[in-house]
Amino acid sequence: MANQYDIIVIGGGPGGYVAAIRAAQLGFKTAVVEREHLGGICLNWGCIPTKALLRSAEIYHYMEHAKDYGLSAQGIGFDAAAIVQRSRGVSGRLNGGVGMLLKKNKVDVIWGEAAISKPGEVVVTAPKKPAMQPQHPTPKGVLEPGTYQAKHIIVATGARPRALPGIEPDGKLIWTYFEAMVPPSMPKSLIVMGSGAIGIEFASFYRTMGADVTVVEVMPQIMPVEDAEIAALARKRFEKQGMKILTGAKVTKVEKGANSVTATIDDGKGGTLTITAERMISAVGVVGNIENLGLEKIGVKIERGVVVTDGLGRTNVHGIYAIGDVAGAPMLAHKAEHEGVLCVETIKGLHTHAMDKGKIPGCTYCNPQVASVGLTEAKAKEQGYDIRVGRFPFVGNGKAIALGEPDGMVKTIFDKKTGQLLGAHMVGAEVTEMIQGFVIAMNLETTEEELIHAVFPHPTISETMHEAVMDAYGRVIHM
Amino acid sequence: MPINILMPALSPTMEKGNLAKWLKKEGDTVKSGDVIAEIETDKATMEVEAVDEGVLAKIVVPEGTADVPVNQVIALIAGEGEDPKSVTAPPGGGAPAPAPKAEASAAPAAAPAAQANTVQGDANAHLSYARVDQAPAGPAQGARPNGAGQQAGGGRVFASPLAKRIAREAGIDIASIQGSGPHGRIVEKDVRAALQSGGAKPAAAPAAAAAPAPAPKPAQAPALAPSMGADQVKAMFEAGSYEEVPLDGMRRTIAKRLVESKQTVPHFYLSLDCELDALMALREQINAAAGKDKDGKPAYKLSVNDFVIKALAIALQRVPNANAVWAEDRILRMKHSDVGVAVAIEGGLFTPVVRKAEQKTLTAISAEVKDMAGRARNRRLKPEEYTGGSTAVSNLGMYGIKDFQAVINPPHGTILAVGAGENRVVVKNGAPAVVQAMTVTLSCDHRVVDGALGAELLAAFKQLIENPMGMLV
Repeated sequence: MANQYDIIVIGGGPGGYVAAIRAAQLGFKTAVVEREHLGGICLNWGCIPTKALLRSAEIYHYMEHAKDYGLSAQGIGFDAAAIVQRSRGVSGRLNGGVGMLLKKNKVDVIWGEAAISKPGEVVVTAPKKPAMQPQHPTPKGVLEPGTYQAKHIIVATGARPRALPGIEPDGKLIWTYFEAMVPPSMPKSLIVMGSGAIGIEFASFYRTMGADVTVVEVMPQIMPVEDAEIAALARKRFEKQGMKILTGAKVTKVEKGANSVTATIDDGKGGTLTITAERMISAVGVVGNIENLGLEKIGVKIERGVVVTDGLGRTNVHGIYAIGDVAGAPMLAHKAEHEGVLCVETIKGLHTHAMDKGKIPGCTYCNPQVASVGLTEAKAKEQGYDIRVGRFPFVGNGKAIALGEPDGMVKTIFDKKTGQLLGAHMVGAEVTEMIQGFVIAMNLETTEEELIHAVFPHPTISETMHEAVMDAYGRVIHM
Repeated sequence: MPINILMPALSPTMEKGNLAKWLKKEGDTVKSGDVIAEIETDKATMEVEAVDEGVLAKIVVPEGTADVPVNQVIALIAGEGEDPKSVTAPPGGGAPAPAPKAEASAAPAAAPAAQANTVQGDANAHLSYARVDQAPAGPAQGARPNGAGQQAGGGRVFASPLAKRIAREAGIDIASIQGSGPHGRIVEKDVRAALQSGGAKPAAAPAAAAAPAPAPKPAQAPALAPSMGADQVKAMFEAGSYEEVPLDGMRRTIAKRLVESKQTVPHFYLSLDCELDALMALREQINAAAGKDKDGKPAYKLSVNDFVIKALAIALQRVPNANAVWAEDRILRMKHSDVGVAVAIEGGLFTPVVRKAEQKTLTAISAEVKDMAGRARNRRLKPEEYTGGSTAVSNLGMYGIKDFQAVINPPHGTILAVGAGENRVVVKNGAPAVVQAMTVTLSCDHRVVDGALGAELLAAFKQLIENPMGMLV
């Protein structure tokens, strides 16, 4: 039976395609349904292309500061179209790579929009959603819309930008990350609504490229999920770079001009101000893609806009699974990938443990970078822990000074009673590449003792991690 | 890669067993389902079946080895295309064994799960299983002394640093905790769970003394009075004046259970004489009426003990409060009369249980006891056949014992000790008369059965024995 599969994954994003490959490895006959782009938002309109943009910004920043390193550079400038083109190229290359990986693993790709007609059956129709442009070419050899059977159906449809009523993105003056990813030209001024990872990364990119950027955040701190001390340090750096930041403030009204947006902002202290900018980015979170999948019809339980699962991807309906953003927070690609693997291994009957969501790291690639895992200081106290806190600034680290990156800090939080590492928070150069050290430590349930006894390579910025652990126990050396 | 054959857990509570016998030699070809070895556990001898095919390359644990921890590698099977000669034993004769799925779940689920032939996380380690169809009903254990986190021989304990520290500070022995992490590693939540359930052993004295934390709730049994060690006892006798007999699993269990019983169960004893003339007459009549089977033998031959079992079963139904067992924080009152029957065998005894004896005919009870006693002598009883029941019958009449007091087999509420039937002179209607009589003694757990209740049960029993027609209707 050509239309018969063991597993059909709806959605070819990082959760979906990874689940499909793992399924194929385990011997399942597997297909992925995708309507727009293999690799999902992450690879096409999210994580990856923004990293390409931010890399351009970083190099531009270094060029502007060439003198600091004893170099001279004249006539520094940029070509916005070329920056975007490079970003699209990076995305396109990886998009093609996903197609190859699926092919290599003999995973079929069905092109279209899927709906579950009943458990065990998926009806695929031609894509209705207009694809965001520019679009990578549709992979070769995809299967046509039709009715397909599968014993197990995994919903991995991801999420999309949330829109605030009255401030709906129009794609021209008010952007979502889609438009912000491919600016026709660099706006001279920009309002960024929301200071989560997406908002702050675009704010950082556009500020570095010279735009006049104002960030409006409704919560009392920027990057609300991060440790307050780290967020405050990052904010200081952003402000030093010329970014304007309003916290505890809310955009209440937006008026559109011919080539401008005027936002009325409640400053949270009883005052109101208006800011006019060329463009506005709405980055107020994402919502799960739960619609038009037939989920309600077959009785799949949905709560607060996401599919309810048992932590191993199983929904309340036998044979229907959900992973990634559509299955709830944290809406991160690496969480989706891990969940996809867990789900498929559970289907296979392998011994799986539900993911410990308290140990999923988060990374933001602004300048300076921010990375964290586990509990913030406030959360740890809130949960009743008696804690020890360690801190170490980059100014005490030889490598950071040599790199010319003295602005940064590592902060560790330990349970005073057991020595358990409860959380680790970092701001500064390269911290997104370092956080995994603490992630492994937490997953292995290390205490301060093993971390103190571990030898960290010298000279590296990672030595700040070691020092931050020792500081929590009064044993810091370089401070 | 050679396939590891692991010491199987034959019951959820099994910690270790003796490798009684190898039925295959090194070099033999084994097929899935072949019986390869016999394991002697607490009381039973079980057969170990191969799950995989190949050549038995290496016997790691020789036959006759006592106290082999569950999940230790006992043999290696060379896989397809492998040279059995090149297969070597893992260092130290054991390997860190992954936790079988079974251990994580509650007892009833344990045995079927143990039959799944893959062990998670390690495709090469396969679990052998015994022919156990059903797990005996037993309490789920939060802890056991050879956790999967522990290597055979009391070596390294695989536990996370955090788990070790929490255990140390709480003063508990981490090796007594069952690990649920990858490859059976003991992780934080295992220690926390053990602390909560009180299912962990206190650490050895120095560590416990050093820990300021309050001692965790001790597991079930209160501290027992220490008894003398082997060296102390041996010092009291002249060397060479004795022969040392190693303990088998059954002897060990008898010792453990009965010490526990005598130290923790408040026993008291009630004795009564029962006249047997009517019963003997009825028995003769019934046995005489037995048809012949195809070998020309009587189809059945009831013993006095069969009547005793039946009478006790009916008496328990008539005095339902006495049909009960103690369960620490509650009493379990049984619906049916499940009566254990002590069966002496070479080297010890078994107490197989006759279930729902109140509903069974005398001939059915007789046949069942005969079958189970026979299998008990060959140590072929299944654990579930000697688990449960609220009482037991111990009959030493055939040895001429007049009367005696039996030790309650926990968690039973009572046990009935039956003496020999004999001619006695009694006073009847003011004149001496000769009657057949026997003395029975009921041992009662005072926590469950008080004096008056025990007396009531015994009176009901006597009434049935002396008016045996009541057992037939």
